[in-house]
Amino acid sequence: MEAGMVTPAPALVRFSGIQKTYDGEHLVVRNLDLDIRKGEFITLLGPSGSGKTTTLMMLAGFEVPTHGEIYLSDRPIKNVPPHKRDIGMVFQNYALFPHLTIAENIAFPLSVRKTNKAEAQERVNAALRMIKMETLGHRRPGQLSGGQQQRVALARALVFNPQLVLMDEPLGALDKRLREQMQLEIKQLHETMGITVVYVTHDQSEALTMSDRIAVFNDGIVQQIDRPDALYEHPVNSFVAHFIGENNVLAGTVESVDRDYCRVALAGGGAVTARVVNVSGAGALTSLSVRPERIVIIPDGASSDGPNRLAAKVRNTIYLGDHALAVLDVAGNGEFMVKLQPGSHDSLGHGESVFITFRPEDCLALDPV
Amino acid sequence: MTTASLTGADPTTEVPLKRRLRRAERTRQVKALALVLPLLVFLLFTFAGPIAGMLWRSVDDREVRRVLPQTIAALATWNGKDLPDEKAYAALASDILAARASGTVAIAAKRLNYALNGFRTILTSTARNLKAVPEPGTARETLGKINPAWRERTTWTTIKDASGPVTGFYLLAALDLTRNVDGAIIAAPPDQAIYRDVFARTFLISISVTVLCLILGFPVAYLLATLPPGRSNLLMIFVLLPFWTSLLVRTCAWIVLLQSKGVVNDSLHWLGIIDEPLRLIYNRFGVCVAMTHVLLPFMILPLYSSMKAISPAYMRAAASLGAPPLTAFLRIYLPQTLPGIGAGSLLVFILALGYYITPALVGGAADQMISYFIALYTTETANWGLASALGAVLLLATLLLALVYGKLVQGQQVTGGMKN
Repeated sequence: MEAGMVTPAPALVRFSGIQKTYDGEHLVVRNLDLDIRKGEFITLLGPSGSGKTTTLMMLAGFEVPTHGEIYLSDRPIKNVPPHKRDIGMVFQNYALFPHLTIAENIAFPLSVRKTNKAEAQERVNAALRMIKMETLGHRRPGQLSGGQQQRVALARALVFNPQLVLMDEPLGALDKRLREQMQLEIKQLHETMGITVVYVTHDQSEALTMSDRIAVFNDGIVQQIDRPDALYEHPVNSFVAHFIGENNVLAGTVESVDRDYCRVALAGGGAVTARVVNVSGAGALTSLSVRPERIVIIPDGASSDGPNRLAAKVRNTIYLGDHALAVLDVAGNGEFMVKLQPGSHDSLGHGESVFITFRPEDCLALDPV
Repeated sequence: MTTASLTGADPTTEVPLKRRLRRAERTRQVKALALVLPLLVFLLFTFAGPIAGMLWRSVDDREVRRVLPQTIAALATWNGKDLPDEKAYAALASDILAARASGTVAIAAKRLNYALNGFRTILTSTARNLKAVPEPGTARETLGKINPAWRERTTWTTIKDASGPVTGFYLLAALDLTRNVDGAIIAAPPDQAIYRDVFARTFLISISVTVLCLILGFPVAYLLATLPPGRSNLLMIFVLLPFWTSLLVRTCAWIVLLQSKGVVNDSLHWLGIIDEPLRLIYNRFGVCVAMTHVLLPFMILPLYSSMKAISPAYMRAAASLGAPPLTAFLRIYLPQTLPGIGAGSLLVFILALGYYITPALVGGAADQMISYFIALYTTETANWGLASALGAVLLLATLLLALVYGKLVQGQQVTGGMKN
């Protein structure tokens, strides 16, 4: 997570005023301005249909922007065909050529570039070593497991030293354990090889684990682009707050604004103080966002200081191994989640009345949902 | 866990388990067999039976044996070097008289005439002129007087060759081969040696039609596999439309189009491109055009199904790895369509081998394929032995090709689609 802290490197890719429509009526990408720095791992994150894959396909050259220009190393590439862009790509289902062996698959980008045989052989061997599959070069893709195929696809996209590597949900087909292992491997490759990676996923935890920066897409627009921790701590709107991490939503109306903080009357009764992020002023509707781990449960009757104290009723507790969640009924929200301290999950009874409290800076006043 | 007790089962309890498994499986197998039984019986009677019959008829040779049983028995010990002894002549005379009485002379005459032109006359004239059983010891003289052919060795070797019960005569004839008077296999006389040419022509036409179908069908199949569903369905209807039209109607349509006063010639003449009508039909060109048209769907459909299984991601991957479109097509797309190309070509080729009506209607005399001759011998001259032998040779050649194809494909089986 340190990479984002250093002085920004020059932009390797620049999207400038990109719009894309397939049917001439509905814009899939509405207005995209995005800089990708050299050497960074950037993730395009968003729900399906948000325009992230279309953006990636435009960068790869498989889709043409309806409007705007894409620059790669300051060179406009809108009219450069995909095979001349020098961009490696890892596809969702690997797209390994089934009639070629693993070694032939990896050698393919070298052979179409007419690299001499000895050097190509050397680089294929090095790539096989990198993915720890030296002995499997003669096999065909159909004889490999999903994780192995994924590694081969990765090696094939990296073997010709492209200036940019695109990955389109490359881990979607793997099971959870393998996916987590591959996330670390890809991250490690990125760090050791110093390549620039554009990664598309709809899995927010994957994005948080791997990325230097994340661009959150929704409805054809980049909602926010920032480091993972900044996205989590300082979401600019309800969509981002909701999409990244667990989140509790309370609807309300702003009563008064005092610089960075505002007082909000909740729709379900009660009032809290929240940090102003995305509200227009007094009288505006807002939805408040509070993370489950920032909330403390205090037993009925115990006193607490601070401005945010709400009555709650315990509906359920969920045991998750490393932690537990309490599901509460708070101000009309029946699915209010609170992360419990280890060992305290059995201290709450069903239907028990409790109070919750959280700091004003942990409660964000965002645009109404 | 239960797996521990399963894997740890000792052999003594394993045997009944296997038996139980077999018993459970058997019920299913019996049910499955019962379901396919009607088809199996049907195939047995309409496919396996006739083919076995055909193969048997191509070597069956019992006609002469039935008509001239005593002669055949007498010739069994004949060395074939000189004329047979008096005993054989006497047996022949007695056989001919018996055959004349039962009216079966023509059967033997027909068979022997295949092997030696003019034998029909020899036999029938002998039957006509032989008044009674010759005196003992005079049979050779009597028969020789009626027809001098009985004094020639060839006449007798022909009978011996045709003594059955099985013969290679028809199969040899189908390959333009015959046996000389000493029983050695030699090339048939040029006026009878036509079948090698006909086989070569049959294969040449079939190969031409296959290649034409592949060239024309490949782009169509590609379009079918890549167009959006609405338009590809429309195109598919156009591909299938000929399928739903009678073969005869389609062939006749080509006659209307291609004849010297036909649509094509009239149009070309009207446009001033030609002065004399082109000869487009009753020649090889017409045969290839009509057969290609008829067989095109058989090429397009297997190609289409193999192309449909190729994910567009492969071509994208190839492009992203730096392959220009042509390279990507040749190195990534084309190899994956090979199973479809193989299946379609084999289908078209084998169907074309057996084509009969189309060449008969739109071909000239020099464009008739092997099935024309099979039909001719079956229906016109009733030479079933030769018809069967030609069929057997065609069947063998086809099987050989299918076998070669199978071997070729076996080496390069691919998974087709992507894993997952």
